[in-house]
Amino acid sequence: MAKTVRDTIKEITYKHLKNKKSLILGQCLSAVGWVGGTIPELREKDGITELSMADVANGGIVVGAGLSKRRPIYVIRYQGFNWFNAPIILNYACKSKEIWNVPCPIFIRGIAMEGSIGPVAGSSHHSIYYRMPGIKIISPMTPKEYVLSYKNFMADNDVYYISEHRGSYNNKLELKDYLSKDLDLIIFCISITRFEAKKVREKLLQKGIKIGIANILWIKPFKIKKKWIESLKKSKFGGIILDDDYVRGVASDMAYKLMKISKKKIDVMGLKDRSAGFSKKSDNLPPQSDEIIKTILKKMKLNK
Amino acid sequence: MKDSNFRLDVFKKASLCRNFEEEVIKYLNNKTIKIPVYVSAGQEFISSTISVLSKKKRLKPLLFGQHRCHSIYLSFGGNIKKLIDELLGLKSGCTKGMGGSASIHSKEINMFGHDGLMGSNGPIGVGACFATKKPTIVFLGDAAAEEDYVLGAMGWASQKKLPILFVIEDNNLSILTEKKVRRNWEMADVAKSFKMNAYTINDDPLSIKKISKNFFKKPVLININTNRIYWHAGAGKDSNDTFDRYDYEKKKLGIKAFKIHEDIKKQIKKLWLRQLEIR
Repeated sequence: MAKTVRDTIKEITYKHLKNKKSLILGQCLSAVGWVGGTIPELREKDGITELSMADVANGGIVVGAGLSKRRPIYVIRYQGFNWFNAPIILNYACKSKEIWNVPCPIFIRGIAMEGSIGPVAGSSHHSIYYRMPGIKIISPMTPKEYVLSYKNFMADNDVYYISEHRGSYNNKLELKDYLSKDLDLIIFCISITRFEAKKVREKLLQKGIKIGIANILWIKPFKIKKKWIESLKKSKFGGIILDDDYVRGVASDMAYKLMKISKKKIDVMGLKDRSAGFSKKSDNLPPQSDEIIKTILKKMKLNK
Repeated sequence: MKDSNFRLDVFKKASLCRNFEEEVIKYLNNKTIKIPVYVSAGQEFISSTISVLSKKKRLKPLLFGQHRCHSIYLSFGGNIKKLIDELLGLKSGCTKGMGGSASIHSKEINMFGHDGLMGSNGPIGVGACFATKKPTIVFLGDAAAEEDYVLGAMGWASQKKLPILFVIEDNNLSILTEKKVRRNWEMADVAKSFKMNAYTINDDPLSIKKISKNFFKKPVLININTNRIYWHAGAGKDSNDTFDRYDYEKKKLGIKAFKIHEDIKKQIKKLWLRQLEIR
């Protein structure tokens, strides 16, 4: 039976602690639910390390653990908490190899979710990490992608930011690209928006509109596949990037890179440029299928 | 070890640090050194004493300093030529010319570089100590110690009973802002409230030695009152009346100390000239 993303993370973590004698650090790891069922129910002697509620200090403590060559995993329960957790990771761990020739590999699990959880806890915030040298950013949404992310980390010496999303934890399926040379438009999608892109493709296909999908796993380095560009160059209306982070960040930078290579127009959709509230009306969610379809149809009309 | 021998051992290290810094001042003034430099002259007895005590305990602790760190590097046996080269911005420097004065690093002596975020070495040192269980020293200034994340990390280190020593080099100044303007509390009181062994003392080597019994057995904080002879950065002096522990010890230890001072002074001058010639 195929494993879910949740089970995959749990299994990787178990082996990392038991076989590699490593550490997993974070807040409330052993609380109800064990971080969405992704943490094996082990004890401190096995490497499960409960930190205090001092987020900024915790980021630094993890960096110190990273210097020990034990390759710690660090869990940040909500990606918005990175505003407190990231400073010492970004300014020390990411620079340590370049400045002092001392690698500080840390596997940071930043967990996103949204819907009625307000301005801080909601959504992805991988753009915070994006501008700093010495870090790799991946957003795995499938079991195989998660295994690949971990294997890359273990074979590397850099800090890895894993932009997770709780919405993917039940997923058992691999998400494939849909590309050909007769497409109307291509959706380049990140994180949870990849599931929404699938819906958009199916709905628009019923209207006779051919939508391609390019799944973005590697955010930094942004790994652009040759077949994406081949299809993009042949597409009628260019592309659109979907992100679970604010538009003015990773997504805009990716759009610039894709436009430069393909000479095709790329639009960007992500969180709106405002704070999220707790009520349904005031929330700030990643682009939903109806909204994406509307934008695509508008783009097609304007480009005709 | 007799107190007089101990003091002389500490003085040898302090003399190395002081004479090194006096050369730095000279080359700053004539613009041979062109980067911001944070000399530790006046505060050298702290790292000198702790390095002698560590050696006596046969320990090679992990060291986490910050910008005023030349004395830490030199006291614990860092390569002098490599530090000269670092201050001259050369690739042969201890941090390949990237660290400058503020981010000195040395694998040989377990000294980890600093990233420039004041006090970040607090939590980083705690994390390294936790993951390795090795004796660890975190050196902080009285201003960096005020960073909230230093306090959070100290509390956690106490809860985990780590073999860590927090050393607050308290020169009473944050650039030029005095401690009394910034806060109405003392680090040792905070550490005690975290259930740590904590002391406020001055930088007399014997005062430090007296409280060293529990070093690296459990978390300890020592707030050491000391004096910065030169400016926060650069070669100027805040005052000519500042108490100078180095002069005091030299006089107190007498002829032996004078001889140590003169011998080391010559050696350091020679080393600087040689490194300047071959660069």
